[in-house]
Amino acid sequence: MEQFFSFAIPGIPYGCTYALFAVGLVLTYQATGVFNFGFGAQAFASAFVFMLLVQDAGWPVWLAFVLSVFVMAPALGLVFNKFLFSRIATTNSTAKTVTGIAILVGLPALLYVVFGNVTLLNAPSVLFNQNTVYVTISGYPVNGQDLTVVTVTAVVLLALTALLRWSPLGLQMRAAVESKRLVQLGGVNGDRAVAIAWAVSSWLAGLAGVLLAPYFAVVQSQDFVTLMVAAIAAAALAALRSLPLAALFAVLLGVISLVLQGYLPTQSLLYSAALPALPFVVLIAALLFVPGLREIDKRGDPMASVDPPAPPPAVSLRDGSTHRRITVAWYVLLAVFVVSMLTWMPKNWEDVFNSGLAFATIFLSITLITGMGGQLSLAQATLAGVGAFTAAQLALHLGLNMVLGMLVGAAVAAVTATVLALLSLRLKGLGLALMTLAAALFFDSSVFPIHGLTGGQAGINLEQSWVSPLTLFSASGHQFFILAFVVVVAAVVVVKLLQKGTVGQYLTAMRGSEPAASSLGINLTWQRVSIFAVSGAIAGVGGTLLTLNTQTANPDQFNYQLSLVFVVIVVTAGVSRVEGAIQGAMGFVVIEQLLTYAPPRFQGVTIVLFGAGALTYAAHPEGIVEYAKTRTARLRGAGVVPAPEKAHSEPPSGGVSTALPMTETASRGVLLSGGDDYG
Amino acid sequence: MAEPVDGETSDQVVMSHRAQGSVAPLLSVRAISKSFGGLIAIDEVSLTVQQGESVGLVGPNGAGKTTLFNCVSGHSRPDDGSVAFLSTRLDGLPAYRRARLGIGRTFQRVEMFSELTVRGHLLVAERARQGSGRMWKDLCNRGGATAEELTQVEEVLDLVGLREIGDTPVSALGLGTCRLVELARALVGHPKLLMVDEPSSGLDVHETKDLSQILRRLQTERGMAVLLVEHDLGMVADVVDRVVVMNLGRVIASGPFDEVMTEPEVRRAYLGEGSRSVSTGLLT
Repeated sequence: MEQFFSFAIPGIPYGCTYALFAVGLVLTYQATGVFNFGFGAQAFASAFVFMLLVQDAGWPVWLAFVLSVFVMAPALGLVFNKFLFSRIATTNSTAKTVTGIAILVGLPALLYVVFGNVTLLNAPSVLFNQNTVYVTISGYPVNGQDLTVVTVTAVVLLALTALLRWSPLGLQMRAAVESKRLVQLGGVNGDRAVAIAWAVSSWLAGLAGVLLAPYFAVVQSQDFVTLMVAAIAAAALAALRSLPLAALFAVLLGVISLVLQGYLPTQSLLYSAALPALPFVVLIAALLFVPGLREIDKRGDPMASVDPPAPPPAVSLRDGSTHRRITVAWYVLLAVFVVSMLTWMPKNWEDVFNSGLAFATIFLSITLITGMGGQLSLAQATLAGVGAFTAAQLALHLGLNMVLGMLVGAAVAAVTATVLALLSLRLKGLGLALMTLAAALFFDSSVFPIHGLTGGQAGINLEQSWVSPLTLFSASGHQFFILAFVVVVAAVVVVKLLQKGTVGQYLTAMRGSEPAASSLGINLTWQRVSIFAVSGAIAGVGGTLLTLNTQTANPDQFNYQLSLVFVVIVVTAGVSRVEGAIQGAMGFVVIEQLLTYAPPRFQGVTIVLFGAGALTYAAHPEGIVEYAKTRTARLRGAGVVPAPEKAHSEPPSGGVSTALPMTETASRGVLLSGGDDYG
Repeated sequence: MAEPVDGETSDQVVMSHRAQGSVAPLLSVRAISKSFGGLIAIDEVSLTVQQGESVGLVGPNGAGKTTLFNCVSGHSRPDDGSVAFLSTRLDGLPAYRRARLGIGRTFQRVEMFSELTVRGHLLVAERARQGSGRMWKDLCNRGGATAEELTQVEEVLDLVGLREIGDTPVSALGLGTCRLVELARALVGHPKLLMVDEPSSGLDVHETKDLSQILRRLQTERGMAVLLVEHDLGMVADVVDRVVVMNLGRVIASGPFDEVMTEPEVRRAYLGEGSRSVSTGLLT
């Protein structure tokens, strides 16, 4: 028993670190209606600024604390609310999730770009002295850091629960989550309630960040993000609803993982592979079995009917000549590209474009699942990895031709995707995003580190085993380019055929209304699972291409952060059309390559750029690049923006004869989507 | 109405009808109950619809009409009781299987495919009816609409009078027109039973009249059975052969429209206990 306590007691402060994040996630969700993936990044931002002030600028700790936690953090929340989240419709959960992810990947990158790659060591603790042992419980010396975290968690929990449950402001916040406009009809300043909610939850993010910073030797964004995703499990167990439950589950999670860590033999597979995955397994279980989570995305804004209809995507507004211009430009570019790659392209740039083709294939899988299927999957890099490691192992052990290996890898990735789809049948929107994220993290922490499967950290070197048995392709010359090009074209054809065929129509119908689709005889389950499977297969092929190009297969090429980055890139470049995937991939690799000529601190610019692009997702769901393309092409062609001849009023309801003919509808769409600030 | 005798299963009912040489009921709902938390939405409701019959389902808000619809169409599962369609027991069948058996429906709050045109809605419905949508067909570039499918769609567009706006995206349509699109979408599947949920809300008087005529024609010309939930009792009177009145989750009366509406319990449900001063207009 004594041994148990010696393991369990340290688990309490450890669990409290999860608790601060879990409470923050639940608070944000309850008070703003947003599951804020950016929470971890906001925590890091405050810790980063705090450390910068203390370490570099030599500010006193308390002053830096006040500025980073009480000034900067709430201000950041207010800015996010004002410019991003307040413009997203209550019901648009994909846009909320994408915006959060864009903040998660973009904000830390932005900080590093602005302030340089500073190394921030040994953060000071704020409340109690971290080097003093205040009390010893069951042989565990409780230092100032532990005491700070436990005390602050308890105080914050009590205060916020009281605020949310019993104060009039809390009531206003909870009501405003449902519908800000409806609350306003009741004479309540809904904007203010939502703004305060953002300020409070961002303050909490900042507080958590600065308080937890001393736990890490070096303050870097990755640790905060990892801590947050682990804390999601506790928040999910509490059905994103109850602050005290979220805190309780977080502490339990901390205690259980430390107890298991104490009892499990350190050599066992359970210790090395299963233990790190514990929070993610818990998250998967929560998503499967907590009934409240099935409802999380079913919020409907009672005032949604006063919204104007969504602007049609820019591509549907292209007139014939604009469309021709863009199409011709595509083919010319394609021809120039192919000829250049086969003739004069320098080797290093050929490699860059080759990897671009591999990424394009992976991104096409996102076009399928997110653009067509309407589901946000955060595990596409993982699926790519499953395909790649399968092919690599087959090449390594059986000497299998890599093209065959690629197909087998695609099949295994498709099966993995199918399992994932079957696990998340009851979930959609945010629920599905969390399930795929949990799966990606599970693979990262449990499957990909297994040496026998992936070669562990070093990965699998394919230079010998992969290339030699292949007489068809060698790594030198243009063979890889030809292979990759053929694969991309094939993937494009598959996606286009599905888009234009019956499957595409069914999925379009399902994105509009699932109950209506099923009332017509569409098998929702089958459609969902099969599109997930095809998407997984294409991702697997892309992953194999990627490893073929680099000649190694390494778990780092396929971690969950890349999945997030991929989503951000594709969403910026256009998620609903195949052009988006190709633009995104090529843009990504070209900018990355160009940045190698810039000072190292600018490494993150790519992520910042695409992150900023993804922030426009709510206003331009077709992708800011696709939108801009139509706009510039039109400007070039016409010389001026074609102003609508007259303002069109809302179509009167009813009456077949009153319906707008197509052309009028189209110009009304231009009117709506023409303003940049439309959101 | 032909209520099944207690103790018999729906299948037995169907069998016995056959044995007697009478036509099997198209839809037979037997003692289904559904509650949401503590709220009992429907409580042991039984109901039959004969082939080609038009039945009105009326009752005050909260009577459980839409819940009953959902239990029949498979969009929610009853806690108890069973539903049979022709000779098939529907219990446990997902919504799409029921749709393919010939149950079409519209929704109280319109459910549109916001990215599609009017014609697109009907094409999807036509495809889904045939259960097509094999992925390999798409991949062989054989996913396009066949001439036959297009003819089907045009026919329905004409029937409902939507041909003019066939290429208009539904996001540009008003509520009333959307209801017509929903109706047309359900009709494409040639349902044997059409369940229409409050079609007249959002329509003006003339549109309601037109809609009544369409529903009547469907019944007489195509032999389609119609189950109509509607608050506009004038429309109900125009369309249906008989009405079933629900209140607070129970069936309180059924029979010919004029007779049922004079029953005291129905008047109470609609007008409240002992209220006499209210104009009873449609109820008389």
